[in-house]
Amino acid sequence: MSATRCPVGAAGGAATDRPDRPDRPDRPALVLRGLKKSFGDVPAVDGVDLEVRQGEFITLLGPSGSGKTTTLRMIAGFTRQSAGTIEIDGVDMSHVPPHRRDVGMIFQNYALFPHMTAAMNIAFPLEMRQASRSEIKRRVAEALALVKLEGLGDRYPRQLSGGQQQRIAFARAVVFHPRLLLMDEPLGALDKKLREALQLEVMHISRQLGATVIYVTHDQEEALVISDRIAIFSRGRIEQLGRGEDLYDRPVSLFVADFIGESNILRGRFERDGDGGWLTLDDSRWRVGAAATARVALDGDRAAALVVRPERLRIVDADDAGAVATAAPAVNSVEASVRDVLYLGSTRKYELTLRDGQAATVRQQVGGDERAWQPGDRVRLAWAVDDGVLVPIRAAEAVSSGDLPARTRA
Amino acid sequence: MTDSWRQPRRLLLLALGALTVFFLMAPTLVVVPMSFTASNALTFPPEGFSTRWYEKMLTDRQWSTGFVNSAQVAFLTAILATALGTLAALGTIRGRFPGRSAVNALILSPLIVPVIIIAIGMFSVFVRWKIAGSFVGLVLAHTALAVPFVVVNVATSLRTMDRNLELAAQSLGAGPVRTFRRITLPLILPGVLAGGLFAFITSWDEVVVSIFLTSARFRTLPVEMWEQVRQVVDPTVAAVSTTLLAVTTTLLVLVFVVRRQPAAR
Repeated sequence: MSATRCPVGAAGGAATDRPDRPDRPDRPALVLRGLKKSFGDVPAVDGVDLEVRQGEFITLLGPSGSGKTTTLRMIAGFTRQSAGTIEIDGVDMSHVPPHRRDVGMIFQNYALFPHMTAAMNIAFPLEMRQASRSEIKRRVAEALALVKLEGLGDRYPRQLSGGQQQRIAFARAVVFHPRLLLMDEPLGALDKKLREALQLEVMHISRQLGATVIYVTHDQEEALVISDRIAIFSRGRIEQLGRGEDLYDRPVSLFVADFIGESNILRGRFERDGDGGWLTLDDSRWRVGAAATARVALDGDRAAALVVRPERLRIVDADDAGAVATAAPAVNSVEASVRDVLYLGSTRKYELTLRDGQAATVRQQVGGDERAWQPGDRVRLAWAVDDGVLVPIRAAEAVSSGDLPARTRA
Repeated sequence: MTDSWRQPRRLLLLALGALTVFFLMAPTLVVVPMSFTASNALTFPPEGFSTRWYEKMLTDRQWSTGFVNSAQVAFLTAILATALGTLAALGTIRGRFPGRSAVNALILSPLIVPVIIIAIGMFSVFVRWKIAGSFVGLVLAHTALAVPFVVVNVATSLRTMDRNLELAAQSLGAGPVRTFRRITLPLILPGVLAGGLFAFITSWDEVVVSIFLTSARFRTLPVEMWEQVRQVVDPTVAAVSTTLLAVTTTLLVLVFVVRRQPAAR
């Protein structure tokens, strides 16, 4: 995409531009308060609060059944909420039917009208707003140019490829400058290469138009690439809301740590000690930094887990205890043996087994001066205290969550 | 190896199929050669060749009035049943209300209840309403019989149509009525048209209810045939049958053509 701002709608089109809506960046584009939806007795969405700024790109990320799509459908007005309010651009839309919400929606299966050409599809929302014939013509052409499909306006959806269809759907959803742009796994049906290319394009065009986007996906990589902020959904609630880095570096729960990226998880009991504390497991104990304890208000002596990302771990010789101590003053380590070495091109991935049988993963850049280890090597895994993130273990997670088997404790 | 014993089995299957088709078609098709007979009696095989029974059918006032009556009743029935049936299908497929399946069963009940029972019931009520033996009464009766065919056809189209298309239209600013007119109706149109044709055919060759609800002054073609066959067996009946058959067959072929139109992708 070029850096020039696209002129769609910039020159005042009377019928569909909104002169009555001055740019008010201080007013949130979307506010959800206590949003709930239950189907029968089953709560699908169980109290969601969310505030989205003008022009922000927010992704609702979570496993299937976590309530992200139901939340999106309530914002669009397709599903009536059981409780709570929806405010779009300062207007309470909780009980407004979908066709008066002024919200553009993009579906996974494109939902292009098969009996209309691409241009007729894009013209549809403008016709619904009684735009003049000449203005429709101009804006359809601009929208086609925006998605780089000039000249394909006369094609029917079935004559277009999947990627082209989704571009037309995108053009149709933005051509009337909706207050919000909602996308429900829009790239889910496309193959990987095309998906990655379109991710960037969706992101760039949305920024270019200054659109506020609510994007639903279950693909965490896509969420990291595309979003300003990510809301992690679990069991009908937002588990954590933040920038991708926040979620990756400072997850607040085992669920988030496990869902975003790969994690090594050490479970044990936490004991407070000054600003920081210790996580103990049998006869091992690891230092927990002050920053980690400050964020997670944990009392002393309770079940907790230490999360360390694979690229934050270093492998050192098992017998070389001195090397561990000198590597950094505040370093934790744990004994392990190398099980598999996977060469992935730019990185090398080690699968290891800890002394108690748990699995661990380490990622190393290839081409550094790190030593290459062999399967069967007895090693120690070391990490800086500040690279370990402490998360509480809730009762529900005590046995199940995480890719590591739960440890039976005496 | 398998071919050697598959071949005779295939032949057997073909023969069985042909025999079944023959049994189904022969009684119907036998009237066609009979209608071109030169003799005065309704016989098979026909003697000679002539089109005079067709001439008689077209010139005889009783036959031609019956033809016009049937066409008018069937046409109006088709329109009424298509409108009502399409709305009923929309309500039972898209709507969400208690007792939806019960309502659906009620709408489809004319397919199951014996026609003679429907005829007797309608007759007794229509007599009280003073519309027995009238054009309006017959159209209403045939509409009730024809609505299930429209509902079944339209419901099938609605079920195969992508619900997201309607949601997309709504999000783009189309209210329920405009969504139906611009999106839903064009996409289910093949089903609606097929339903309408079925409704026409249902009325066109309906005889049981019609016998009860027509009078000497107002008769449809099948009733006229029924009356004539009971009195004089004249080859004109064969000519009328052939005409009736031709119209029905044409409409059925049309149904298949219409149904093959791509509705949604």
